[in-house]
Amino acid sequence: MAKTIVQEFTKGLWDEIPPFRLVLGLCPVLAVTKTVANGVGMGVAATFVLVCSNLLVSMLRNVIPSQVRVPCFIIIIATFVVVVELVMQAVAYPLFLQLGIFIPLIVVNCIILGRAEAFASKNPPVPSIADGLGIGVGFTIALGFLAGIREAFGAGTISIPFSDTVIQLFGASYEPFTFMVEAPGAFVCLGLVLALMNLAGE
Amino acid sequence: MSDYILLAVSAILVNNILLIQYLGNCPFLGTSKSMDNAVGMSMAVVFVLAMAGIVTWTMEAVFLGPIGLQYMRTIVFIVVIAALVQFVEIFMKKSMPGLYAGLGIFLPLITTNCAVMGVCLINIKEEYNFLEMLVSSFAYAAGFGLALILFAGLRERIIIGRVPGPLQDVSIALVTAGFMSLSFLGFKGMI
Repeated sequence: MAKTIVQEFTKGLWDEIPPFRLVLGLCPVLAVTKTVANGVGMGVAATFVLVCSNLLVSMLRNVIPSQVRVPCFIIIIATFVVVVELVMQAVAYPLFLQLGIFIPLIVVNCIILGRAEAFASKNPPVPSIADGLGIGVGFTIALGFLAGIREAFGAGTISIPFSDTVIQLFGASYEPFTFMVEAPGAFVCLGLVLALMNLAGE
Repeated sequence: MSDYILLAVSAILVNNILLIQYLGNCPFLGTSKSMDNAVGMSMAVVFVLAMAGIVTWTMEAVFLGPIGLQYMRTIVFIVVIAALVQFVEIFMKKSMPGLYAGLGIFLPLITTNCAVMGVCLINIKEEYNFLEMLVSSFAYAAGFGLALILFAGLRERIIIGRVPGPLQDVSIALVTAGFMSLSFLGFKGMI
């Protein structure tokens, strides 16, 4: 059973990569993947909350009574979400406006509560950080990947995260396939990527 | 009056919470495998969302707004919603055992349903007054129920159909939801 720290980290990158293997936390996945910059920004914010809440839950795991553990976890998560909200307003205001209500909604992202319940409340702090970081990085990669597909076809561009650079992919004569950046494209694209993951896993 | 009707129609159809605003997708996929579960979940959401809307709006208006604590909104709202769900559960168990048996297992799930928290935040963001908030909470919840029940009907048919191996279960459900979303996008022309 004793997994190494490295194994705890790497399982989040393929074996349990959210949202493809753990089908949780779909709302931000669908909503913020219109552009790569938004997707990766959301991924980084969620990773920060995930790592911090995993650490704190794991440190307090012997103190929190099991009957009231879920409300306690939610309050811990909410605290870090407020931290992210305030930091983003200070350093990345345009991104904060783009992500809108999906920043406060990190609180109700099932991945974070799920990791607190399934992993951090049963394991010591160091593996919990590794787990949070692994799942968080996996989530960021997944968001970036999905956003890459949607943005490339839907707008013909790729925006580089944390800068204002936007790369034109297909030249000026490309007619954008706007279906992909609208709501239906999000569902269909995620469904097809899931199917590809299943195919690759067989 | 017509403003309220317009608000209701736009919340139910044009800005449908599940298919256009992408909120509450975990229960959307989780409880749509059978019609009974879908109906139970929809009823629970209508019930909790209406109450949560009133409570969070009041909190914002009388407590957070006047003393300038808006940045605490996230924590306060999630605690209020969690407490409210717990309270509703206890109250129903005691006084409405029939309804409790129907909604019972769905109530705890609602705390982490982002549709509830999302609508509460939308109500604040759009600066609705009390009546508008009431209409929007009910209408968004009705939109959630409508989309969930329609989708459960489709999904019951998909289960008996022949779906290619890798596309099975969640994957085909998402593609189906995509095409439902496309048809809801058509309502955009209405307003």
